Amino acid sequence: MATALTRKDFISDQEVRWCPGCGDYAILAQVQKVMPELGVARENVVFISGIGCSSRFPYYMNTYGFHTIHGRAPAIATGLKVSRPDLDVWVVTGDGDGLSIGGNHMIHVLRRNVDFNILLFNNRIYGLTKGQYSPTSEVGKVTKSTPAGSVDFPFNPITVALGAQASFVARTIDVEQKHLGEMLKRGHDHRGTSFIEILQNCNIFNDDAFKDVSDKSIKAEHQLVLEHGKPLIFGKNRDRGIRMNGMRPEVVQLGNGVSESDLVVHDEGNLSLAFMLGNFEPPMPTPVGVFYCVARPTYDAAMNQQLEEARAKMGAGDPQKLLRQGDTWTIN
Amino acid sequence: MALPPEAAGQAAESHSLAGGGVEPKRREKVDHVVIRFAGDSGDGMQLAGMQFSTESAMAGNDIATLPDYPAEIRAPAGTLAGVSGFQVNFSSNEIFTAGDEPNVLVAMNPAALKANLDDVQPNGVIIADVAAFSDSNLKRAGFASNPLKDHSLDKYQVFEIDVTKLTTLALRDSGINNRAVMRCRNLFVLGLVSWLYQRPIESTEKWLAGRFRKTPEVLAANVRALRAGYNYGETTEAFASSYVVAPARIPAGFYRNITGNSATALGFVVAACRAKRPLFLGSYPITPASDVLHDLAGFKNFPVYTFQAEDEIAGMASAIGAAFGGAIAITTTSGPGMNLKAEAMGLAVKTELPVVITDVQRAGPSTGMPTKPEQADLLMAMYGRHGESPMPIIAAATPADCFDCAYEAVRLATKYMTPVILLTDGQLANGAEPWLVPDVSKLPEIKVELRTDPNGFLPYLRDPETMSRPWAVPGTPGLEHRLGGLSTEDQTGNVSYSPANNELMVRQRARKIAGIAREIPPIQIFGDANGGELVILGWGSTFGPIRETVNQLRSKGKNVSHIHLRYLNPLPDDLADKLRMFRKVMVAEMNMGQLLKMVRADYLIDAVGCNKIQGRPFKVSELTNRITRALEG
Repeated sequence: MATALTRKDFISDQEVRWCPGCGDYAILAQVQKVMPELGVARENVVFISGIGCSSRFPYYMNTYGFHTIHGRAPAIATGLKVSRPDLDVWVVTGDGDGLSIGGNHMIHVLRRNVDFNILLFNNRIYGLTKGQYSPTSEVGKVTKSTPAGSVDFPFNPITVALGAQASFVARTIDVEQKHLGEMLKRGHDHRGTSFIEILQNCNIFNDDAFKDVSDKSIKAEHQLVLEHGKPLIFGKNRDRGIRMNGMRPEVVQLGNGVSESDLVVHDEGNLSLAFMLGNFEPPMPTPVGVFYCVARPTYDAAMNQQLEEARAKMGAGDPQKLLRQGDTWTIN
Repeated sequence: MALPPEAAGQAAESHSLAGGGVEPKRREKVDHVVIRFAGDSGDGMQLAGMQFSTESAMAGNDIATLPDYPAEIRAPAGTLAGVSGFQVNFSSNEIFTAGDEPNVLVAMNPAALKANLDDVQPNGVIIADVAAFSDSNLKRAGFASNPLKDHSLDKYQVFEIDVTKLTTLALRDSGINNRAVMRCRNLFVLGLVSWLYQRPIESTEKWLAGRFRKTPEVLAANVRALRAGYNYGETTEAFASSYVVAPARIPAGFYRNITGNSATALGFVVAACRAKRPLFLGSYPITPASDVLHDLAGFKNFPVYTFQAEDEIAGMASAIGAAFGGAIAITTTSGPGMNLKAEAMGLAVKTELPVVITDVQRAGPSTGMPTKPEQADLLMAMYGRHGESPMPIIAAATPADCFDCAYEAVRLATKYMTPVILLTDGQLANGAEPWLVPDVSKLPEIKVELRTDPNGFLPYLRDPETMSRPWAVPGTPGLEHRLGGLSTEDQTGNVSYSPANNELMVRQRARKIAGIAREIPPIQIFGDANGGELVILGWGSTFGPIRETVNQLRSKGKNVSHIHLRYLNPLPDDLADKLRMFRKVMVAEMNMGQLLKMVRADYLIDAVGCNKIQGRPFKVSELTNRITRALEG
């Protein structure tokens, strides 16, 4: 076991080549910090990525790594994890890689619930191709490919994941190091696919896209930190909350007859609640934390169980016997 | 292959000698017979054909089969589009094809008759289920009048049998409903034809027992229909005699009837066993490759992982992931699917991971004719990827050869750390032949040594002989490294944009693949080993028709030889010299001339093509005509 590993053990000898000021640096630092705390031997850790800025990630981790092709990381990781359930697999992807060119693999891996972790860096822009809108960019986004503004309605990564039957869905923010670390650990502890959207600032092509939730001076008014079993409260003075008005959520000011007991209590096992929170958009606060977490059999374990059962029932395969099955006869 | 006239002659003679059912019937000897079973796609003709083939193989004949079925699962009943056929050639001699022209056509309805009549040899036997020749069925098949009545079939020997009524009578108190009774008609016909050629029906009964073990009443009905058909042949006055095709002189040993897809699946399993690694298949269902997935899904205990992916790309991608983890990783597909896998195949080339991509070729372009064979994916296999991304390509020649080729593909992939393409086609996939089951311990060694020693480890440090890089899998302490699609530095595998290094790596990979040629056995020329007038060069499933044609022409004194390639990339080192020993080179393939282009481009040999793009194998008669003209020209 990796008992004495430190953050440094997870730093590769390769020079990090993201733009200065990129949110990816903070994510990399936190992942390297959390790794030794997970109790996994370094040689059992594999980072797999697709294409894009985020997908350079594996080169900087001193573990096994695979920088693959655009959008296919979940499929490659599935092949690896199914046949090597002993490994600790992480997929690093972005809003373009994971939700556009690789959208199909993403939804299918989520429904299958293969036991690995997906870190989706969402900066709502194409960085590596230098600034086109992405499937999470807002309508009206003016970019090089949309000089008159994008008319493309965006995906919401959280509700896409929930809709794809994900068993673990969370959101965190690149600069919220402590929260990010907690989410990484929660995702890692989860058996099945853990989907973690990380709001990540691209300071070159989409600077301050998440300013309201990351700027220290204002973020408390916009971030709603989800905690299982606790009422939905936010605000600098923790004096605002989410209450149901019939079937619709509303922001209420605590006091004047409104108490915590009137507020919605977060329940990670409630899919309807997760969808409701996933759809929060300004002026509602932006939820961060674990939206949804339920136990469900994993694809890799189920498949390996079938293999074990077959072996228990039929014995280890004998190739010579196998060839002699079917319609056979002997010619003397 | 055409039946020798004498065999057909005997068949014709016997019909005129219809006798009583009291005395034991005569048995006449024939050399070989081609039967085509044809009916609606729901009539169970594939099943009847397969079982008849197995019976014939067990009777000691050499066999070759050609299933021919529509892409539609159930086209409207009684229409030409819905006709499904299965042709089997069984012989007391060695045979290479399922035959050009059937001697016997079983037509379960007018559409089956109409769709196949042109192929039946003059004087051939037609067994028709008269019950199906209703006015509406005749109209649906496009007959203006009933061919059974209007003398349009006078040049054939027609046996009108009310299969529907006879099957219904036989199953009168079987307790199964009318629909189920109708589904036993194929067994009645199989029984009848089995009697006609004195095939043992025990193997079919055994097969039925396995298939219907959970529904004893259905099993009993099927067996009863089969036996009723057999006994009907013996007792009816319609058939004066039955025929015997003596066993072929086949090498002694343990045999199994096998289709190409089954042989492919077995080749992969056995290769993985020899490599002592698990087998992983990532695949998306596609005709005509899906049976490989089906077969492998039944071999879990070996262990075999079968992952039915969300698409073709994920099939390939998951195989790459499994290869990274140390599995014998494969993907199976057909042409349209290989297009989709191309980018991921390039990643496997670049990262030098062993994956076998099987393309069970079908007629294209686009969706084309999914159930029909073609060989038009060769140039895609050669060049259908961006950048310089060479891959070894091997092609199977017969259904049983699919086993050897699948096994060889794994051996090459793991030895040279490279993706390998295995080309088969729809004809091989579904065609069957007797297979002398090999002794697993005598197959070529597949030695996989995963790297464990961290001392001096570099991900791209090459073996001096094979030029392959080490296979270092996650979970191995001290070998942590990163692979990727970006251009990488020699030995270290670190990302590098150095122009000179990029060329070095491109050339290293090309040399590695080219170097496989030293393993290819010397070319065996069938015919004139020292050269001659004309050589036919072929690859893949054209083996049977070419060999049969060349065999026949040589027996008539024609100066023609045959070279058949298994290795298409790299091509054998001695190929150019061997071809140059002949005055003329003709490349016969089921495409517009793809191997032809390669041979002309690589060797500047002025070869000519012999091409067919009809979704059907070459007929011996077609090749004979073409070769005869070439010899004269």
